[in-house]
Amino acid sequence: MWKTILRRILIMIPQILLLSVIVFFLAKLMPGDPFSGQITPQMDPKQIDSLRRQLGLDDPLWTQYFRWIGNLFHGDLGMSYAYKRPVISLIAERASNTIWLSLFAVILTYLIGVPLGVLAGRFKGTRLDSGISLYAYSVMAIPSFVFYLIALLIFGYQLKWFPTTGSVALDASGGVGYIMSRLYHMVLPAILQAFLGTTGIILYLRSGIIDNSIEDYVRTARAKGVPEKVIFNKHILRNSLLPIAAFMGNTITGLISGSLFVESVFSYPGMGKLAVDAMTTRDYATMTSLTLLFGFLTLLGNLLSDIIMSIVDPRIRVE
Amino acid sequence: MDKPENQLLDIQHLHTAFRVGDDFYDAVEDVNLTLNRDEILAIVGESGSGKSTLATSVIGLHNLQNTKITGDILYNDLNLVGLNETLYNRIRGNDIGMIFQDPLAALNPLMRIGEQIGETLLYHTKLNKEERDHRVLELLGQVGIPNPVRVFKQYPHELSGGMRQRVVIAIAIACKPPILIADEPTTALDVTIQAQILDLLENIQQETHSGIILITHDLGVVAETADRVAVMYAGQIVEQGTVQAIFEHPLHPYTRSLLRSMPQADNDSDDLYVIEGTVPDLKHMQTDDCRFAARIPWIPASAHEAHPTMHEVEPGHFVRCTCYKTFHFNDEAEA
Repeated sequence: MWKTILRRILIMIPQILLLSVIVFFLAKLMPGDPFSGQITPQMDPKQIDSLRRQLGLDDPLWTQYFRWIGNLFHGDLGMSYAYKRPVISLIAERASNTIWLSLFAVILTYLIGVPLGVLAGRFKGTRLDSGISLYAYSVMAIPSFVFYLIALLIFGYQLKWFPTTGSVALDASGGVGYIMSRLYHMVLPAILQAFLGTTGIILYLRSGIIDNSIEDYVRTARAKGVPEKVIFNKHILRNSLLPIAAFMGNTITGLISGSLFVESVFSYPGMGKLAVDAMTTRDYATMTSLTLLFGFLTLLGNLLSDIIMSIVDPRIRVE
Repeated sequence: MDKPENQLLDIQHLHTAFRVGDDFYDAVEDVNLTLNRDEILAIVGESGSGKSTLATSVIGLHNLQNTKITGDILYNDLNLVGLNETLYNRIRGNDIGMIFQDPLAALNPLMRIGEQIGETLLYHTKLNKEERDHRVLELLGQVGIPNPVRVFKQYPHELSGGMRQRVVIAIAIACKPPILIADEPTTALDVTIQAQILDLLENIQQETHSGIILITHDLGVVAETADRVAVMYAGQIVEQGTVQAIFEHPLHPYTRSLLRSMPQADNDSDDLYVIEGTVPDLKHMQTDDCRFAARIPWIPASAHEAHPTMHEVEPGHFVRCTCYKTFHFNDEAEA
């Protein structure tokens, strides 16, 4: 088991290196540089050239790449051109916002998704099933940002039930008040993210339950005289939860990077919004660092999924 | 009517109909069959002949929303047709055990072997966990698994096909049911393992004095193991008798064709006999005429009975329709 995990981690090293090359050169392929937006007729072109030289933007790409990688190994993610601060401190500042929001959303996702999926599968073909499936398919079909914008419009601006921006009220102070304010700011984005996340779980679980119900081993259990309720819980459900469990690793890491849209729409100061802002301002250091981080999280999510899978499915156990 | 002392199961006028669209069609039609203690009753026929449907009707595994079962399946003065689920669950596993065809699919991939066998005991006995485990180990030994203690903790995928089939058998016999249904128990196994499994079934039957319904399309298996044979075609039993009667004096054209299509070592020809056509599907098999007539078109219609019934030609040897009297194979001269 440990050997397998170690081997998987070793395989991740070349994957991350390849990822870094792609991330770096893709960023460089984007038109413009940090100064393109700031050039005015009053500015001396020579001054800009010297600024470019100072930042090493005139060096050959490979030199820039290796300098970037070298700095990464020292924990130096570079300076954000937009914020004039080290990227690492920017990320550190926003990471907790995103992590809390994601955690909230993940918990809600499973809390809503699993029961709905089980109900739809258990009562296949009934009105309950049709209703749940209709919900899952329609939420799936709506682009996430449209979904967020409509919800923001209705619940934020029209009904004014939830705040529309930020992660905490400006006047919030003191222990409990501060925490409550932060939670309050998280509720709507987290619920919306959870609604989007549930669709996959519902559909997976539903079809898993329907497929497993007609498996031979279920018939064997019936032939043993096992009561129908036990057959469902012990045989059908347990087998149907496998893909959900396997998906969990990706869900957890996916939500951190997946908060790009929700954070932007709600102006929630997390890593997702930071990434979108960095893209629009050509803030290379921030953009490449975050893309690399999200890529790394995806790889980590896959590893996590494999580990979860090997725990819950005896067939996957590799020695 | 008094039932013979060693009779276990008395099936009378059994119809099992499946829903296709809004209509129900008989997949098993008017089957009359008995099963006795200490006997292996083979049910043979092509795919689609209704033999598995018959078996699953006996153990009550059909989804009753899409299946209509009428007639009687009498077991100890209890009619299993229309029995409520709670009572049926007491019968299943305890009085009737079933051995399935594909031993990998028949076992839950996430449960250890010991737990899967123990589950039968859990719902039919008052044994505690320790006693159950002890009995499971005993069963594993009984079905010829070499290392019961190790296999107890293993998962299905860790066992070979033959071992899995032994586990499936152990599940079926855990409560020593008087009736065992084996649905093509050797189809998924290779030939050497097949023989071992059949031996095992025979041994179990001799030990427990149970009655076994053996469903198969392999006539070799039938000749080796069965005492009585019922041949099914298109949902009906077309011939029934002792294994000697069926193999030595087969009467019904279908039985004769089946026997002729068996590969024979002393046959010089490289070609196997093939029965023309296929078993009609559910919708198209519903007819009052001889259902096999379409596959022996060289036999004149006058040879068939208008409404074929079972004729007792010898004590215990039944055959459906009169066409057997004038039947000859296509390449044979008329009798």
